[in-house]
Amino acid sequence: MEQYVVEMRGITKRFPGIIANDQVTLQLKKGEIHALLGENGAGKSTLMSVLFGFYQPEEGEIYVRGEKVEIKSPNVAHELGIGMVHQHFQLIDTFTVVENIILGDEPGGALVDYAKARQEVIDLSQQYGLNVNPDAKIEDISVGMQQRVEILKVLYRKADIIILDEPTAVLTPQEIDELIGIMKNFAAEGKSVILITHKLKEIMAVADRVSVLRQGKYIGTVDVASSSEEQLAEMMVGRKVSFAVEKGPANPGEDVLVIKDLWVKDQRGIDALEGLNLHLRRGEILGIAGVDGNGQQELVEAITGLRKVESGQILLSGEDIVSHPIRSRMEGGIAYIPEDRQRRGLVMDFRLDENLALKTYNKEPLSHGFLLDHEAIKEKAKEIIGLFDVRSSEGTETIVRNMSGGNQQKAIIGREVDLDPLVMIASQPTRGLDVGAIEYIHKRLIELRDDQKAVLLVSFELDEIMSVSDRINVIYHGRITGDVKPEETTTQELGLMMSGSKEGPLV
Amino acid sequence: MNLISSIVTLSLIYATPIIVTALGGIYSERSGVVNIALEGIMMVGAFVAAAFTPLNEAALGAWTPWIAILLGSLAGGLFSLIHAFASVDLRSNQVISGTALNMLAAGFTIYMCQIIFNMQRTQTFNRGFVKSNVPVFSQIPIIGDLFFKRMYYTFYLAIALVLITAFILKRTRFGLRLKACGEHPSAVDSVGISVRKMRYIGVLISGLLAGLSGGIMVLTQATQFTAGSIHGVGFISLAALIFGRWNAFGVLGAGIFFGFSQIFSIFSRDIPFLSKVPTEIFSALPYILTILAMLLFSRKSVGPKAAGEPYDVSKR
Amino acid sequence: MYKKRSHLTLSFIAILLSFLVASIVMILSGISPKGFFVSLIRTMTGMNLQAIGKEGFFNARYFGEFIQITLPIILTGLSVGFAFRTGLFNIGAEGQVIIGSFGAVAVGILFKLPLVLHVPLAIMAAMLLGALWGWIPGILKAKFGVHEVVITIMMNYMALYLGNFLIKALPGSDNQKTVTLHASSLLHSDFLRKLTGNSRLHWGFIAVILAIIVYHFILEKTTFGYELRAVGHNRDAAEYAGIKVPSRIAYSMAIAGAFAGLAGAMLSLGTFDYGRVLSTFENYGFDGIAVALLGGNSALGIFFSGLLFGGLKSSQTLMQASGIPLEIAMIVSALIILFVAMSYGIDKVLDALGSRREKKHESH
Repeated sequence: MEQYVVEMRGITKRFPGIIANDQVTLQLKKGEIHALLGENGAGKSTLMSVLFGFYQPEEGEIYVRGEKVEIKSPNVAHELGIGMVHQHFQLIDTFTVVENIILGDEPGGALVDYAKARQEVIDLSQQYGLNVNPDAKIEDISVGMQQRVEILKVLYRKADIIILDEPTAVLTPQEIDELIGIMKNFAAEGKSVILITHKLKEIMAVADRVSVLRQGKYIGTVDVASSSEEQLAEMMVGRKVSFAVEKGPANPGEDVLVIKDLWVKDQRGIDALEGLNLHLRRGEILGIAGVDGNGQQELVEAITGLRKVESGQILLSGEDIVSHPIRSRMEGGIAYIPEDRQRRGLVMDFRLDENLALKTYNKEPLSHGFLLDHEAIKEKAKEIIGLFDVRSSEGTETIVRNMSGGNQQKAIIGREVDLDPLVMIASQPTRGLDVGAIEYIHKRLIELRDDQKAVLLVSFELDEIMSVSDRINVIYHGRITGDVKPEETTTQELGLMMSGSKEGPLV
Repeated sequence: MNLISSIVTLSLIYATPIIVTALGGIYSERSGVVNIALEGIMMVGAFVAAAFTPLNEAALGAWTPWIAILLGSLAGGLFSLIHAFASVDLRSNQVISGTALNMLAAGFTIYMCQIIFNMQRTQTFNRGFVKSNVPVFSQIPIIGDLFFKRMYYTFYLAIALVLITAFILKRTRFGLRLKACGEHPSAVDSVGISVRKMRYIGVLISGLLAGLSGGIMVLTQATQFTAGSIHGVGFISLAALIFGRWNAFGVLGAGIFFGFSQIFSIFSRDIPFLSKVPTEIFSALPYILTILAMLLFSRKSVGPKAAGEPYDVSKR
Repeated sequence: MYKKRSHLTLSFIAILLSFLVASIVMILSGISPKGFFVSLIRTMTGMNLQAIGKEGFFNARYFGEFIQITLPIILTGLSVGFAFRTGLFNIGAEGQVIIGSFGAVAVGILFKLPLVLHVPLAIMAAMLLGALWGWIPGILKAKFGVHEVVITIMMNYMALYLGNFLIKALPGSDNQKTVTLHASSLLHSDFLRKLTGNSRLHWGFIAVILAIIVYHFILEKTTFGYELRAVGHNRDAAEYAGIKVPSRIAYSMAIAGAFAGLAGAMLSLGTFDYGRVLSTFENYGFDGIAVALLGGNSALGIFFSGLLFGGLKSSQTLMQASGIPLEIAMIVSALIILFVAMSYGIDKVLDALGSRREKKHESH
């Protein structure tokens, strides 16, 4: 049994209403990179939370280096040499890099020895080639550097079993390559790595073995060398998956949305869009490719009216709408699937019918004058629910909080499509959804396009951009740095444009 | 000069409870728990101190007020544990829990007065704190007059607490972890520190300090405890906390400012052009200034990010 | 938040727990809780349980007084509840009552009009001033993002001092109160007084019933109410839907203030017939917080919980007479708020107890 550094046997973890892990097994060898593959909601994070001591399983046993252990808290995990790089960084914005790294394991006694701490961080970052500025505050450094800080936190605690939870989601293709190098270094040093991901390409590129979970159940473990992307995809989803999105050729018409020299500031008052130009035509899907934080959010909010524009023009069918309020832009034909459906797109404690009325409650037939027509609202909701296959336990009466993510997103899409818009802004419309829901949403977006609507698709998933868009604009530092066709470019080329090392042609 | 020195001295005396309570607020809010029960905790501390004093001053003599504020502090700490339990363990809305405790304190203290003293106030005491001149320091020209003559020693206690708090937050392991809890509790949790424990400690310290402050206030500014003894000073401390940007020295400055605005009405009578203004306006002044100060700093003052939000371990 | 037990169940548990804890407090301090409950029941029903079958068993005056004292408490409950529904915590109802009350007094003293005009005008003045006092923190919150809790607390103290200053400034006032208001501005009713054994019950109850209906109507039946509720649950989503969030926040606080202002009118035009200089708060606003919380911010819930807190407040006279410190009523109110706030935890505790019992059953 000595061959496994970590062995989880028959792990079962239940939450009210669901079994997140059902008899799951995971065997990690020393010095290997072991991928944990599964769709959103398959139970990967739960399993790792069990290993990291966040959750206690109802059933099952965990062996670390051959000894049976009970991991009752992250402290126990630390002592066992298990460290985790969290997907949502566990970093304190107002603290410095050093403070974040040492938190919980501070050198010195009751008084923190900051000089020693700083030196240790510098040594460690040089040893592993993880370049960080020890004195910078987290809020001032890039996402890539924040991730290096997270990795340093783990190394500082001398972990030799390292869990990386969806580490590439926020990185450019080039940064991903760097990270892969770092992981291979760890393995070469004899550290063992668990890589949680749903991206098949990464697994093929870096992992030695892969274990697959589906709907909380353990499907199997295979050697990456003797397997293929198709085989892994089938294990993950449970059926044959075609990655190609079915769509006919685009038939674009005239420009409906034209943006000229747009300047917008972010929350902190720093320029987020610096003279951005783009144009969007009827009957096409324009994909905005870029690394998170290059102005996508600000672009979307400027178009929809949620954020103030400093200067520039946004022309909707030729009319400048920069100073128009949110509602009149909606009425002018802009629909919007927001990136954060729970924060922006839905009132989670409202009923489903009330949510479906969110943009039309003040118009006939849902209200007459200042009086709501609850019957009409219910009728309208039933119509959208039927057309868009929104599933919920209590129909129009369901509190939206109790619905699944996929159905919440369907509800939003149904509501927005029902507005019969000119322009659909879809900001990360498939984030956190499973393959079935993703396929559904892609299909709906293409239908809109075929219906001669204009679609602006913002996504951090390059694969999505490549397969759904008719045309791609790359956004970097608040400007469009390339205007290309998906069939005429490669992921690598887009990656270079996304990191600013190359500028593409501009149409 | 005489007028100025007595204005300064009195400002500092009135600032003392505001500073001490606001320091307490730092600990609670930095740990992530909003504590608007400070007013009520002060009442409890003041009641205990004021009830203890007349009953024991004959036996204990000059030590009485010191023991009294110590007991007030302990009572405040004990009382604050209700808030900790509600907001940390039961994930109650912290503002509502605080409001309930404020009402509970107002009802309970007077109820106990009725039980113990058979009236709606405590018996008057003789041995509150006495003003004194600090040896040596009071001889320094100007500075001695302003800061070391006819002063309560409790003011220097408050200054000491400011220094200690600043040091704790800046240099110690406890301070680092406390601040982290108020900013990003799940990050703290993920490195194996108990958020629950830190928040309990944070609230407990706020209770100890607010209780202490209530004791100091009643034993320096009154001769008995009544329903009106604290009259909103706990809330003003809350404003001083925001005004002082959750920092020890900021709280010191804000506390002195609000102390000054409290005594302004007393001196306005000696200033010819102000003597005609009705006293109600001056009584309302600290509250008006608080609002103005909050407006002035509204854009800049950002408190601990996670303050007010219960940390749900099961949702990490 | 996922809740299995209804708000109603948890509210009753909170009430029971509060009475339990208060009883323990009384027993520990050497006072029999019996007197407390007898006073409370006698106040709320007019029936004296210690004189069953004897003379003086029923006294309608207690009931009349109880309703009369309840009226402003229901209104401050509506005030706090209305703001809650928009996601705002109106701790300022206390001050809005004081300022509203002054408005009614000023109209009652300064104008001389026929009854049909004078009463409505006095009530309008109270509501408008209350609305203004609520609108100020609302607009400050909306425009500057300052927290309404701290601002409304400060405005309570400002209202206390400003109210006293204004009351004293009215013609004929002394240091305690104003002159008597013109009879044409008062809500007094000889009919209701006679009906209830000479209590101070007045026509204001009609205004309160109307207020409850208006509250329900605005929030549930109008597009404006829909907007307020959307803002209350999720400001970002409301903004996304094109709702003007800042203006809705300011309006909501103003309407909340109007309800509290109406409570002020009940006091100065109904309960009293003069304006009073206050030495300290009378806690109508704080009672309103308890009423709204216990009532789950719904119109009907606020009505019933208002009756309970009105009962507690009006039973204080009887309690004092039977040697029970009247502050016990305040303690009960505070405990109810506390236990309602704790209801999430109470729910969990009941779950744990329930499952333990199940396990015991299984093992037997």
